Amino acid sequence: MLDKIGIAKRIAKEIKDGYYVNLGIGIPTLVANYIPKGMNVVLQSENGLLGMGPFPFEGEEDPDLINAGKQTITTVPGSAFFDSAMSFGMIRSRKVDLTILGAMEVAENGDIANWKIPGKMVKGMGGAMDLVASAKNIIVAMQHVNKANESKLLTKCSLPLTGVKCVKKIVTELAVLDVTSQGFKLLERAPGISVEQIKNATEGKLIIEGDIPEMQIE
Amino acid sequence: MNKVVKNAEEAIKDIQDNAVLMLGGFGLCGIPENTIAALVKKGVKGLTCISNNAGVDDFGIGLMLKTKQVKKMIASYVGENAEFERQLLSGELEVELIPQGTLATRCLAAGYGMPAIFTPAGVGTEVAEGKETRKFIVDGTEKEFLMEMAFDADFAIVKAWKGDPQGNLVFRETARNFNPMMAMAGKITIAEVEELVPLGALDPDHIHTPGIYVHRIFKGEKYEKRIEQRTVRKK
Repeated sequence: MLDKIGIAKRIAKEIKDGYYVNLGIGIPTLVANYIPKGMNVVLQSENGLLGMGPFPFEGEEDPDLINAGKQTITTVPGSAFFDSAMSFGMIRSRKVDLTILGAMEVAENGDIANWKIPGKMVKGMGGAMDLVASAKNIIVAMQHVNKANESKLLTKCSLPLTGVKCVKKIVTELAVLDVTSQGFKLLERAPGISVEQIKNATEGKLIIEGDIPEMQIE
Repeated sequence: MNKVVKNAEEAIKDIQDNAVLMLGGFGLCGIPENTIAALVKKGVKGLTCISNNAGVDDFGIGLMLKTKQVKKMIASYVGENAEFERQLLSGELEVELIPQGTLATRCLAAGYGMPAIFTPAGVGTEVAEGKETRKFIVDGTEKEFLMEMAFDADFAIVKAWKGDPQGNLVFRETARNFNPMMAMAGKITIAEVEELVPLGALDPDHIHTPGIYVHRIFKGEKYEKRIEQRTVRKK
């Protein structure tokens, strides 16, 4: 079974040289730490920055320089600032190659829910609805089951949707899956996890073809 | 043309109860701190606030929520504010949550004189309920879009790094965020700046918001610039 860092490391393998990538809050943010050295990747932060660098050194925090998670960050050589309209312009016009975000639920048709639990949580969608509606490629980083041990990979989402038929790939603590027109296609197992365990943790339609290899991380 | 006013109190002198306000900023970054303080002091009520976030409990728009001055909030993300959540769940506060890009582009549309925009954000979700949709072919594929209307705000209140007496504005780093679009979108735009520089001191090539959009400008008395999430690494 993977921990959060394991999920981030596995997702980092999906990033290609020359990509512009938008990372969501939570596990997706960790992906930045595992982008292979020497690879030229530009991170977009939807509050108005291309070329997001690491956290600042202690004492060098700048309140004017934050990421979409409101964390203090830095720039890198080649960074550019812009306003929020342009930021979503580059998202909507599909200049951003890859979006990585978290989810509460994903359905077998690629629907995603991650912004609201009616009566319980009202935080808002932020930029997630814009991102999922336009992104060329969306990878979801999530736990396979919730705290009550119920599957989060469903036939149909039960929570209010963030976007429809948009998720392309899912990486969980148990597996890597593609979202296809037929359902969730199992690609890889996490170290020490059996196909049976993944089957039991997946409510939506799961496609298993041939031997399923174990993930290679590091 | 001199648009300089003495201070925040003078800048907001004609903001009355039930006004519709746009407020720039992302989280607590690039928010018009001085004008918010003046609005709290003035005590105007029944306000509709259009802003990406609602501040935190004791800073930003959160200060106006505490004093119950806000009737309706239009925002994309409000997760940092417990008082907000309380007022929302108790029904004291009316809230419209909209996608962040939609929020930005509805401001942009107002500033560009366009009545509406079409966006794919929210198609197939509860955001689309009751809205007109249209299909367009994009990159060879038919795709559905929502029609979203330009905002109609009485006042836009923005914060810039530098400004001149004609209202030309320059923003700094990610404190730019929603400020330039909102500056363009208000019927009356109030800009507070960290540095009010003499006419001619700003390079015309480097101006983000041309002064034509700005009606009043003043130098903010002080800037706390509170950090929401201080994240650092060791040297």
